[in-house]
Amino acid sequence: MKNRINTALEQDKDLLSIYFTAGYPSLNDTVQIIQDLEKNGVDMIEIGLPFSDPLADGPTIQDSSTIALKNGMTTKLLFEQLKDIRQSVSIPLIIMGYFNPMMQYGIEAFCAKCQEIGIDGLIIPDLPVNEYHEHYQETFEKYGLINVFLITPQTSDERIRFIDSVSNGFIYMVSSASTTGAKSTFGNVQQEYFDRIKSLNLKNPQIVGFGISNNETFMQATKTTKGAIIGSAFIKQLTQNGVDGIESFVKGIR
Amino acid sequence: MNYQADEKGYYGDFGGAYIPEMLYPNVEELRTKYLEIMNEPSFVEEFNQLLKDYVGRPSPLYYAKRLSEKHNTKVYLKREDLNHTGAHKVNNTIGQILVAKKLGKNRIIAETGAGQHGVATATVCALMGIECIVYMGEIDIKRQAPNVARMKMLGAKVIPATSGSKTLKDATNEAIRDWINNPVDTHYIIGSAIGPHPYPDMVTRFQSIISEEIKWQLKEKEGKEDPDYVIACIGGGSNAAGTYYHFLDNPDVGIIAVEAAGKGVNSGESAATSQLGKEGVIHGCKTLLMQTDDGQITEPYSISAGLDYPGVGPLHSHLYRTGRGEFFSVTDDDAMIAGLELCKLEGIIPAIESSHALAIFNQKKFNPDDIVVISLSGRGDKDLNTYIDHFKL
Repeated sequence: MKNRINTALEQDKDLLSIYFTAGYPSLNDTVQIIQDLEKNGVDMIEIGLPFSDPLADGPTIQDSSTIALKNGMTTKLLFEQLKDIRQSVSIPLIIMGYFNPMMQYGIEAFCAKCQEIGIDGLIIPDLPVNEYHEHYQETFEKYGLINVFLITPQTSDERIRFIDSVSNGFIYMVSSASTTGAKSTFGNVQQEYFDRIKSLNLKNPQIVGFGISNNETFMQATKTTKGAIIGSAFIKQLTQNGVDGIESFVKGIR
Repeated sequence: MNYQADEKGYYGDFGGAYIPEMLYPNVEELRTKYLEIMNEPSFVEEFNQLLKDYVGRPSPLYYAKRLSEKHNTKVYLKREDLNHTGAHKVNNTIGQILVAKKLGKNRIIAETGAGQHGVATATVCALMGIECIVYMGEIDIKRQAPNVARMKMLGAKVIPATSGSKTLKDATNEAIRDWINNPVDTHYIIGSAIGPHPYPDMVTRFQSIISEEIKWQLKEKEGKEDPDYVIACIGGGSNAAGTYYHFLDNPDVGIIAVEAAGKGVNSGESAATSQLGKEGVIHGCKTLLMQTDDGQITEPYSISAGLDYPGVGPLHSHLYRTGRGEFFSVTDDDAMIAGLELCKLEGIIPAIESSHALAIFNQKKFNPDDIVVISLSGRGDKDLNTYIDHFKL
């Protein structure tokens, strides 16, 4: 079967992808959040596997992770919650999390479970492309998983080309040198970066993340790319309005 | 067996650089340049000059006569406590500030637990006139007020880490996040032999002055360079790495590591990482670390703020797994008693971290003619309140 991420990327539109932390605001919100996001037209979802020490994340996602863990979220429980998800949801689902909890579950067991449930890909910020390429790529691919890598404005063209060669879905363009949720607008630096990446003519489409929070930043980010990911801004709205606010939030983006 | 980091920063199964892509340019710049910089004659000259004139090296290798008599063996103390700022930490911060200058960085960040590394970093930043920001857990700021005051007097900005457990591991997370947000002008001075490659190797090399001096000092005193044992306490493991470094390849020198058992290895309040830890990834390196079955990093405990880190440097995980190092763990109570014993027998008040190493005599017997070198990694001034509380002085 073709990976749902690749199918989604072939659509003739800019993709809206949403990140949320599993187990937040309440332990058992996971399935409803996913279903509501799809129902309201979101094209792809990153399900955050919470970690005690999320060092690439800003305060919003840190806090949601801390609360999710306090609520009792674990890798095993997340898999349990998601076991029937493919009966109701058809958009691509990606698990985004740090490497240590996956290591403890067992990398091969983790990948096998993802395939069984119908997870399409993984984003692991602290698993560098070189380590992945040497030690884990074979396992991920055996279970049909697409691993997504990050690039930043500081990433060299040479390294971006290497990442492009190892990738088989999309490239996650971090909009600025920052942790998640740090910036709220895009300036000339971002525009130059977006233009530079476009000019590289990469084989993988790019989706922008970090700093996308509203219609304006979504439109700006997708001018030269295939889509955008919203994380912290969505978590903030969950904090304020709970799952009831999902519809108005998503409709406000595009 | 090889005990040096390989090109990718691995000591056997441990090490590497598990970093988010945002940190790659900084870490890669350091990785490709650190050895070249450290080997430049001008760097070597400036480093050695500062260690001599500013830090006060060489630190004495002191034959502890009364302690030796008590334990019926020959005990030498490597007096890192006599360094400027009161601990071994400054050996590394002097080295790294010079590296930062060579890299053209004008802003320094650091993490600190007890405050010793923070003070050592603030000190070298003052020396060089470079901006200094130290991240420290909110709880540690309350516990270690004198060191917070020292850092401020030295011109550093101390930023509380309010996330997670609000201690050393969270201060380290905050420093890493700062580096992600300031990728061009900033150098991160990590204080222990931890973090992504090349940090464990770089810190170990700067601290290796300890064992380099032990060799020639012992030659003068005993007519031979190699002791029978070298002993050090281990939190992240920087003083231990420096104490062992030049002896690692000689199997006749016993390597002894002493971890903090806290209230007992199985009490739930401990920092004995080699006993309680499993292989995992923390702060950019694969190593033994204390964690739940689900892979969440747990908060360690020790009476000594310098030893309560949930991981251990990758070199030490390798020494443990290969059996090259013999690992012991010492409880709060035993460490405190050993610290007080040194006060009474030798007139030296040790840091509680170092007191853990001194408590080895409860657990291992040495022969009368064994030469045993213990790293006295720091002085106990910062710990007076803890000693006072513990012994109701």
